[in-house]
Amino acid sequence: MTSSPQRRIDVAGLVIAIILLVLAGVVWWDMSKLQILSPYDLGPKVMPVIVSIGLAVLAIGNGISAFRGDLPERESLDWTPIVLILGGLAILIVLIAFGWGFMIGTAILFAATSTAFGRRAFFVDLLIGAGLALFVYLLLGKLLTLSLPAGPLENLF
Amino acid sequence: MDAFVSLVNGLSVAIQPMNLLFALIGVLLGTAVGVLPGIGPALTVALLLPITFKLDPAGSIIMFAGIYYGGMYGGSTTAILINTPGESASMATALEGNKMAKAGRGGPALATSAIGSFVAGTIATLGLTFLAPYLVDIAVSFGPEDYFALMCVAFVTVSATFGDSPVRGLTSLFIGLMLGLVGIDILSGQSRLSFGVPELYDNIEVTTLAVGLFAIGEALYVASRRHIQEEKLEPVRGSLWMTKEDWKRSWKPWIRGTLFGFPIGALPAGGAEIPTFLSYSTERRLTKHPEEFGHGAIEGVAGPEAANNASAAGTLVPLLTLGLPTSATAAMLLAGFQQYGLNPGPLLFAERPDLVWGLIASLFIANGMLLVLNLPLVGLWVRLLAIPQPWLYAGILVFATVGTIAANPSPVELIMLTVFGILGFLMRRFDFPIAPVVVGLILGPVAESQLRRALSISLGDPMTLLQSTISATLLAIALIALVLPFFLKGLGRFKAVED
Repeated sequence: MTSSPQRRIDVAGLVIAIILLVLAGVVWWDMSKLQILSPYDLGPKVMPVIVSIGLAVLAIGNGISAFRGDLPERESLDWTPIVLILGGLAILIVLIAFGWGFMIGTAILFAATSTAFGRRAFFVDLLIGAGLALFVYLLLGKLLTLSLPAGPLENLF
Repeated sequence: MDAFVSLVNGLSVAIQPMNLLFALIGVLLGTAVGVLPGIGPALTVALLLPITFKLDPAGSIIMFAGIYYGGMYGGSTTAILINTPGESASMATALEGNKMAKAGRGGPALATSAIGSFVAGTIATLGLTFLAPYLVDIAVSFGPEDYFALMCVAFVTVSATFGDSPVRGLTSLFIGLMLGLVGIDILSGQSRLSFGVPELYDNIEVTTLAVGLFAIGEALYVASRRHIQEEKLEPVRGSLWMTKEDWKRSWKPWIRGTLFGFPIGALPAGGAEIPTFLSYSTERRLTKHPEEFGHGAIEGVAGPEAANNASAAGTLVPLLTLGLPTSATAAMLLAGFQQYGLNPGPLLFAERPDLVWGLIASLFIANGMLLVLNLPLVGLWVRLLAIPQPWLYAGILVFATVGTIAANPSPVELIMLTVFGILGFLMRRFDFPIAPVVVGLILGPVAESQLRRALSISLGDPMTLLQSTISATLLAIALIALVLPFFLKGLGRFKAVED
């Protein structure tokens, strides 16, 4: 057994264990609403039962790890880039949901990610992102005829 | 020589100009993504799946396999020239290779890894050629309960046996299995875990999950810790060619690496990390130049690189003959088959021999192409590393999101992508392995249908799983593989020891 002098309860590890327990409960609850059509087998319920029990057991396992402080060390975390990237994704989702097409949002996502990785030229990157979006649109939408969400910008081409 | 005849027939498929072109595109893309940090072969195949939907199945599967092989070659270039390996299987290469590059011997390091990859890839693909028909013969006699038991073995070995922590590995697997439940159950027509969201009724797309975990998750993770580490590119100095001495010291490690890589890859044991580290520690023990290890020993590059490629080929054995993916990339290849309604396994060998053997034959061709592409042209690939990191990741995110909406034009799909991205980020941060999630999602529903088939044949008696000898044996193996790591705590600790 390895033992470090200071062993504290890992709060994040406990949160993971609780989330797993909640997921196990959700899977079980969802399973209980299913109907069995054949009297001989458990049909659609078999796998959810296995998964739910598995998740519950693993919640306990993760909980034990958290109490023993077995989780790996975490390095310090810089939140700004995470917020930037997730913000870019959120803007893209909202723009597509409201029918503005994907190109504007894609350009913003490109510039936001690039900023997250330390570049300080938002407007230049916005233009590069727009160029990339146009290239992708022509390649996928026109050449490979896949359907991409179209908005005012896409309809110009 | 059944296999030989089949292989010749396959070759006639593989040398059709269109298929040669697909193989070339595959190895080019594969090498490029292998070289670029942040994108691996699994992500590339995931991004290409929606785009290739309308193409010829044989051609695009040949392309995917080319990406797989190419990624293995390209990954070593990055590992040698920057100390950050593109994929975990290149970690052993980075240990010695980067030291060689720093000492001005980057050329021979790249050469021994390229030639070693070629030697190992060719031998292992030969192994695949001659082993596959035997396994197919065995697999034909498998009943549904045997298949289910076999998948249990794969589940356990992929997630628990060889990772750092069996608990975290299994947690990843069960998250994947849970995601596999989402959607309408085909047999009973009832929806599970869909919560009335129409987009969830037709299952979670493997591509959305893989792209979220690999692309978005990786970008978030790298961005969040950019302040910690800085990457430094070592220029290739001096001669690219290996001296006579280099050859003499390389060829035995190539062969030994292949012998580690192929069987471990072919067993449903998952991952190329184990054979590469086994090979590394073996070479370290056998070398006549122990003083060079840790300072750039060529054996330490030659062996692990060969092991890496041989296990990549080995992974194709269970994938093609049994439909069993044991790595994230293999899982994406399986998704590639499934999108055309093809299910790898004994039936595919009987029904579409042209496709299976064409694929195997094209692997030989791809390997040859890769040797040519990587030896003289390595300088070209290195230039890819000059792409500024912000643009690289911004580009990855653009292709990730556009690829996802091209497959499923709905904002809900993008929300799912983002959620999976956050999941991938958290899993990296807390050291949960990613591959078991993908394997769980793609293999879970298959395992479920086999289990239910077995149960309905036995009229609901679960003892059927133990009454077949094959299935009972396999379940025993799965149980041992599950329990063993708890007793042998050191099994997955190669990394800790070697670092």
